[in-house]
Amino acid sequence: MGKKLIELQHIQKSYNGTQILDDLNIYFNENKFLTLLGPSGCGKTTTLRLIGGFEKPDSGQILFDGKDITMLPPNERKVNTVFQKYALFTHMTIAENIAFGLKISKKSKAYINDKIKYALKLVNLDGYENRSVDSLSGGQQQRIAIARAIVNEPKVLLLDEPLGALDLKLRQDMQYELIRLKNELGITFIYVTHDQEEALTMSDTIAVMNQGYIQQIGSPEDIYNEPCNAFVADFIGDSNIIDGVMLADKLVSFLGIRHACEDTGFGQKQPVDVVIRPEDIELVAPDEGFLSGDITSVIFKGVHYEIEVLSNGFEWLVHTTRFFPVGAHVGLKVIPFNIQIMHKPESSDERAVGLDA
Amino acid sequence: MRKLKRQLCAGPYIVWIIGFTVLPILMILYYAFTTPEHRFTLENVLSIAEPIHLKALLLSVRLALECTVLCLLLSYPLAMILNGLKIKRQSFIVFIFVLPMWMNFMLRILAWQMLLSNNGIINSILQALGFSGVSILNTPAAVVFGMVYDFLPFMILPIYNSLVRIRSDVIEAAKDLGASNMIVFFRIIVPLTMSGVISGVIMVFVPALTSFVISDLLGGGKVLLIGNVIEQSFMQGMNWNLGSGLSIVLMVFVIASMAFMNSHTKETEGTAVW
Repeated sequence: MGKKLIELQHIQKSYNGTQILDDLNIYFNENKFLTLLGPSGCGKTTTLRLIGGFEKPDSGQILFDGKDITMLPPNERKVNTVFQKYALFTHMTIAENIAFGLKISKKSKAYINDKIKYALKLVNLDGYENRSVDSLSGGQQQRIAIARAIVNEPKVLLLDEPLGALDLKLRQDMQYELIRLKNELGITFIYVTHDQEEALTMSDTIAVMNQGYIQQIGSPEDIYNEPCNAFVADFIGDSNIIDGVMLADKLVSFLGIRHACEDTGFGQKQPVDVVIRPEDIELVAPDEGFLSGDITSVIFKGVHYEIEVLSNGFEWLVHTTRFFPVGAHVGLKVIPFNIQIMHKPESSDERAVGLDA
Repeated sequence: MRKLKRQLCAGPYIVWIIGFTVLPILMILYYAFTTPEHRFTLENVLSIAEPIHLKALLLSVRLALECTVLCLLLSYPLAMILNGLKIKRQSFIVFIFVLPMWMNFMLRILAWQMLLSNNGIINSILQALGFSGVSILNTPAAVVFGMVYDFLPFMILPIYNSLVRIRSDVIEAAKDLGASNMIVFFRIIVPLTMSGVISGVIMVFVPALTSFVISDLLGGGKVLLIGNVIEQSFMQGMNWNLGSGLSIVLMVFVIASMAFMNSHTKETEGTAVW
């Protein structure tokens, strides 16, 4: 797994009486691409700013390589940040922007020039040394911001929604660039985003956050396939989330029917959330499914059709490559392996609200 | 047709400009280069070299520079403090600083004449506290004092505006790259507020250079600035030709100093007010 590079212990932080982070504990391993994912206001940016040194926690400790850096100002930390809106110095040329950190650490002129060349090559902007910041597009500015941060050879690069201001195509290109950069540089990336697709594409590890709490930490596959609660399931991709009751091991009841599943150990008559991914539902003849219903809408999404089926008062979301007409009577089928059973959230705090991201 | 209509709307303004700016300037030019007998001469313009005129011009430049430097030294920290305040209070305090601008300028200077006079309030307070009174009225210091008081808002506003424009993440980025507060100030904040400083300097220096009312009232006729010389040759000497000649010299000075300042700003990000 690599060793722990940054560790946050029992972090509390509030602004104007609103608690943003409440006893946050998380650590970041070396040479990994870690993503803090969550809706806006979930505390992910605050967490990043705490690591960068732009905010001080109300209580708790931040350890870097085992040393306490909680009270260290940003200019004394071995991390560098890439900001959402690039934050380039508009009164300097591109080369001066990139050289800023190196000049402060009093590197030689030759070294600085080499580094500028190297960094510009790395972000595919060779020959842009003497351009002005204003003459660059948003994507180019963000690459310069990345170049400006990495020339200082930080052990950790913090990225605060760096692709948020770019258009879709550019964003996808930049995702691959970032993965390549991370592999070439061999440093830790801590990435903040509210875009689940971005997180799944780039990360080694994802921490899903909501309302100041970490909901789940795991690999993209774990998070997608085995979400630990209804919030994670809903935030990462689309999901059908139904109230259910666990009748016994491997038997759940929902919407008035009983269905086999693979989960055990919930106890009897335990209220649960039943989660089924839309791509795991198969549309079959009405009498072959566990439920049947009428198709209320069909939307073509390119790779698949997004179909809504009204059945027993619940709007099922189904992704399928086969076309069905609106109004058709169909059956819904799912194999037990694809039914996820989850505990209901214990407090309203953990409940998913404000999915505005 | 439509375009013509729109252009017609500018008519009154154009008439105004021609009548009250262009024509007077042409008249000044004419007077400056002619004798009372309407013959061409350079004498009026060259009379700036006369010791009394030269002395007045140099004193004007000196006092205007002093005033500009004082305004800059007072305004920059003040603008930084204003910018650091919480948003709600910020606009109110900016309003307080600009408030004096809305009162008649003559009234304000007359008030200072009273305050600074030998039997004025300031001396009374000083004497009550056991200090010996100061006689500041009718000295160049009083004139600079009045100018600073009068022109300070013109320095604060452009600097404050350019400070407000600096996004906080730019400052954070500099710190993130290892910059101490000193480096952030000199390498980031100062360069990014340069356009505001330049326009502030021009807005203070030019009126300070050409003013004559402040020196009249607070200088008590003992501080003779080039503005006073011009005023006197028009109003007392009734020598319009000499007054016009000196005005032309002063105008050249003003334009030259503005051009000089301008050549030292690369970009004007809309903070320039003039």
